[in-house]
Amino acid sequence: MATMARSFLQAISKDEAVAPPLRVVQIEGLAVLKIIKHCKEFAPTLVTGQLLGLDVGSVLEVTNCFPFPVRDDDEEIEADGANYQLEMMRCLREVNVDNNTVGWYQSTVLGSYQTVELIETFMNYQENIKRCVCIIYDPSKADLGVLALKALKLSDSFMELYRAGNFTGDKLREKNFSWMDIFEEIPIKVSNSALVSAFMTELETDAPVSQGDYDRLQSSTTPFLENNMEFLIKCMDDLSMEQQKFQYYYRNLSRQQAQQQAWLQKRRTENLARRSAGEEPLPEEDPSNPIFKPIPEPSRLESFLITNQVSNFCGQINGVAGQNFSRLYLTKALHEN
Amino acid sequence: MAATNEHTVLQFVTPSSTASTTTQVLTARIHPLVIFNVCDCFVRRPDSAERVIGTLLGSILPDGTVDIRNSYAVPHNESSDQVAVDIDYHHNMLASHLKVNPKEVIVGWYSTGAGVNGGSALIHDFFAREVTNPIHLTVDTGFTNGEGTIKAYVSSNLSLGDRQLAAQFQEIPVDLRMVEAERVGYDVLKATAVDKLPNDMEGMEQTMERLLTLINDVYKYVDSVVEGKTSPDNNIGRFIAEAVASLPKLPPQVFDNLVNDSLQDQLLLLYLSSITRTQLSLAEKLNTAAQML
Repeated sequence: MATMARSFLQAISKDEAVAPPLRVVQIEGLAVLKIIKHCKEFAPTLVTGQLLGLDVGSVLEVTNCFPFPVRDDDEEIEADGANYQLEMMRCLREVNVDNNTVGWYQSTVLGSYQTVELIETFMNYQENIKRCVCIIYDPSKADLGVLALKALKLSDSFMELYRAGNFTGDKLREKNFSWMDIFEEIPIKVSNSALVSAFMTELETDAPVSQGDYDRLQSSTTPFLENNMEFLIKCMDDLSMEQQKFQYYYRNLSRQQAQQQAWLQKRRTENLARRSAGEEPLPEEDPSNPIFKPIPEPSRLESFLITNQVSNFCGQINGVAGQNFSRLYLTKALHEN
Repeated sequence: MAATNEHTVLQFVTPSSTASTTTQVLTARIHPLVIFNVCDCFVRRPDSAERVIGTLLGSILPDGTVDIRNSYAVPHNESSDQVAVDIDYHHNMLASHLKVNPKEVIVGWYSTGAGVNGGSALIHDFFAREVTNPIHLTVDTGFTNGEGTIKAYVSSNLSLGDRQLAAQFQEIPVDLRMVEAERVGYDVLKATAVDKLPNDMEGMEQTMERLLTLINDVYKYVDSVVEGKTSPDNNIGRFIAEAVASLPKLPPQVFDNLVNDSLQDQLLLLYLSSITRTQLSLAEKLNTAAQML
């Protein structure tokens, strides 16, 4: 309780000062287990939940979490969902659990989580909480023996851009902003209370090889790779559609400019004629003419997000393929003996 | 007290004979999440309380095993002669948890501390009203006897004739069980602090090292048996023979082909993903760098 009071005071006192940048997310084993359990139980449905903890300096501590019920239809359950949240927070506070919201977690399928909804949720949270983080867990990778937990945060530059609502090429070029700058991944540290680790060390036999190792050594990763490839191909299709949108826009823009030039020429010749006839020259611009209407440039947000997803898939494929290499060489060596 | 003529017999009323529908509870299976929860609640308890109690959620499997999957703490006050449990809180939390996972129902309750005392019997009664045959779990956070023990009990009523004498807590075996996904993070969760989560390749490395140690151990054992240092154990010998025999017997050519094919597949995938990456950077250059006058 003392630490909580101190950090509250700290938070109040350095109101205007800039908080140190978030460097590490420290999660308790309890929260990790809860997230894993919840996501795994409801796979393949995507589920979300709330993270609770403390924000201390450059470390964001996550000490507990609770899951959100799955919503079937949005209309009536809006108020219900808020009630549920309040109820849970109140109950947890009674047993001395930190009930500071520090973010939320969600499960994902094969790592395809970069969507506009994620960004919107981030912006919503960011309004109320100074520092929030989103933890992504991928239950499908658990079959391969990997704990796929990631902590994400929107980068500050991206948030400014998003608030301005402007994603045109000029702005982005000014800030030298690329698709890699949208999300920032923060390293995760797992910590446990001494009591818990004492229990765990005692309860679990210290076998030299654990089940996780067996999972990692199995060489049939084909379903995972196949799914990844499918998603990758679909994303590439989406990306090419976005490209086509841009091409269309540029074509329209150039056509419009050509039209404008032609119209301008016509006006100029008209004016010459008029001047020679001694009449008032007409203005060289005509805002009411439809060809002068500026065409809105399509936002690049979608294409950035898709690019992020594609890069994610590529990374995953690389990782698994690398693992497969080692496995194959291992079997080769075993067989030769 | 007047002497009675009939013999009064101390009766053990076992759960299976009273309740007609519930089956005899054989074992309790606990997920590690429950233990983490209990420890966490214990660490966070208010200073006045000596122990923490809470509700256990889970399900009863068809063969009678109770699967304990989740838990939450319930505030309570305990003094020498009476126990007060916050029932509203208990019901509220239960309702909230049921919203998320309607399949997890109350299966019992837990308390920290080594033994079962009078207060526990009262609390157990309360829970017996909520669910038939609740399980009482004690988690010894005080580490008496130098080890933390987890015990589960079922209670049966001792009655003398018509009078309830006491409730007897019979211990049932406890089994710690883990789902695969949880097992993955297990080494990570055991330590007090882990600096970063191991990524793919590091995990692979660890696994290979462990496998190597195992194989080395087996080698050493076989060597020492051959040299006569340790007495041969037939069972271990049979295991080793089975393990070695389970390598598929393929002619070397076929095996080489197999391995090479797989290698080529992986290389293809790597190539594809590198091309995609290049395509992405090109596309980005085109998108943002294009300028119109």
